This record gives sequence, structure tokens and C-alpha cells, in this order.
Amino acid sequence: MPLPPPNPVLRRQVIQLYKELLHMGKDYPQGYDYFRPRIHRAFMSKAGLRDEGEIKQAIATAQFVQKELQALYYLKKYRTLKKQYEGEQTLQQYQM
Amino acid sequence: MSALRILVPVKRVIDYAVKPRVNKAQTGVETAGVKHSMNPFDELSVEESVRIREGKKTPVEDICVISAGPTKAQDILRTAMAMGADRAIHVETKEGEDLEPLGVAKLLKAAAEQNKSNLVILGKQSIDDDAGQTGQMLAGLLGWAQATQASKVEFIGGDSVQVTREVDGGVETLKAKLPMVITTDLRLNEPRYASLPNIMKAKKKPLEKKMLADYGITAEKRLKTIKVTEPPPRQGGGKVEDVDGLVSKLKELGAL
Repeated sequence: MPLPPPNPVLRRQVIQLYKELLHMGKDYPQGYDYFRPRIHRAFMSKAGLRDEGEIKQAIATAQFVQKELQALYYLKKYRTLKKQYEGEQTLQQYQM
Repeated sequence: MSALRILVPVKRVIDYAVKPRVNKAQTGVETAGVKHSMNPFDELSVEESVRIREGKKTPVEDICVISAGPTKAQDILRTAMAMGADRAIHVETKEGEDLEPLGVAKLLKAAAEQNKSNLVILGKQSIDDDAGQTGQMLAGLLGWAQATQASKVEFIGGDSVQVTREVDGGVETLKAKLPMVITTDLRLNEPRYASLPNIMKAKKKPLEKKMLADYGITAEKRLKTIKVTEPPPRQGGGKVEDVDGLVSKLKELGAL
């Protein structure tokens, strides 16, 4: 039996999130080719959800992943630059 | 006090995560087919201008980003506008026609005057040339106050700016009146991510196209790059069998 069509508002939100995450994946350290199948699998595994509460929960998870990715990219950049321009600092210097 | 008109120069550079390769002719670094992005120190200056506006303590009338470079520099300007800049100026240069720091400073002087800017926030250096000269030269040419390598920027009262700088073993606090030039250090702020919806919205923001000649600048070079070489490859370590082996190896090297 085919699944009933999902709530169109949530559907649009999910598609938007998927596009945004794909865009972010282009900067992923292991490359887009690593990122894309994984994000696709993650979304496909939830494609059967029809309960609105569950879908909203999945959207919240995706938004969390989005924030985590942003933090990852920032930290990676910050650490690389710090290493290149300031050198490794000892813990003691760091605590000063 | 008149509202702030901030000019933020940005540069398109080879992405920080890419390992640069020297070209075969040893005249420079290979740029064709290499991922480029905004100079990380310039991201800090875009972010800081947007935060000054969001802080709402000082009215910001205009945040204008400017970049001199090939056509692709427009992508970087779009990113800056996605982060919150209002408009952009792209000064087109031909491929391989790079400006030296002095040329950039002259260009920015003309742009700052034309746009009636009273604050210029630049990255302290670009991660490709690492010259770290533009901000200082610009302040000199304009005759404005300068605060380099800022780690904190605060507005005090009317038109005074207090800037904290990280120096060896401590911090230095400077205070100056507008107009001024500020260059950014790594710990000034955490630049936001230019999200896809914001990049789409930024496509509607105005982007002005100019030529070097519009500012009375030529790409004439004072310096000639003679040779670019890669650093020598790192020598690998060797394994020793036992303590005697280690001692004899150390003796051989003159360490004992």
C-alpha cells in the first residue's frame, strides 16, 4: 500500500534543509563525495515518517547537525590558522 | 555623531585547506583549478562590521565590501553580502595582473574617499601573500588613526573607538577618534557561516563594477618575483635496534 502524502509544509521544510546541508557538504573535510551519500542515506532512512511529531523531531536533528557542521568548519579554520600564524602554544601560555 | 560608513576590503585567496603548489616555471603558486575562498582574516572584518550594526550601540549607515581581482572575486563579494554587508564594489583586474600592497592601499584610499567611509576594517594580512602591509599603508595615505591586529573593538561615547590588541605576553588598549583604520586579528570574533538562503538573498544586493582606471590606479609593479620554491621535504627519522644502536647513532651525530 503506498504511503499517504506527507504534510506539504513540513515536506518543504525537509527539502529546504536537505538543500542547505548539501551546500554545506561542499566544504566537508573528507570531500563532497564522502558527504553526499551519507546525508542522502540519513534523509532516506526517515522518508517513511508520517507522524508530524516524529517528522518535527527529525527536522530538529537535521538543524542540530547543521549547527554542528558550522562549528566544525569554524574550529577547523581557526585551529589551522592559529597553528600557521601563532605556532603551537604550551598550556601554560594559553592559560595566561 | 554621523552614522558609520564602513568599508571592508576582501580578497579572494586559495582556500586555507588547500596545500599550495609551486608552478613549473617557479614564478608563483599554481592557481588554476584550485579551490578559492575569502581570506579568513577578511571574514573576521566582515563579521565585525555586521556585529557593530547588530550591537545597535552605534548607528551603521552602510557596510560596503570591495575587492580587486578577476571576475571570480564576485563570488567572494556575494559571500560577504550573505554575511550581512549591504553592497559590493568589484574592481576588475585581468588574470595574472595582481596588485601590490601599495597599489591596493592607493585603490582603497580612493574608494574610501569616494564612498565617504569613516571606518575601514581590513584583515591584518592575506593568507596568500602574507605581506601584512595594506592596512598600515592605507592609514598612512589617508592620514587616519590606525589600530592593527584588533582582538576587541568597542565604541565609547560619540566617535571614539577603543581597540584591544594582543601583544607579546599581554594586551594593549588603544583609543582613537574616527575616522580610522582597523585590522583584524584571529580572535576578534567567530565569523558566521554564509548559509544557502542568505547567499540567495545576497544575489539581490547591489554589486557595482569598476575598473582600476576609475580610481586612477595602474597595476604597474615595483617588485619583481625572481623565484618561488617549495620548502625542502622533511627528512624522515630512522629506527634504532637497541640502546647501543641509539648511543652509537648519537655519537655519530656528535650529540654525545
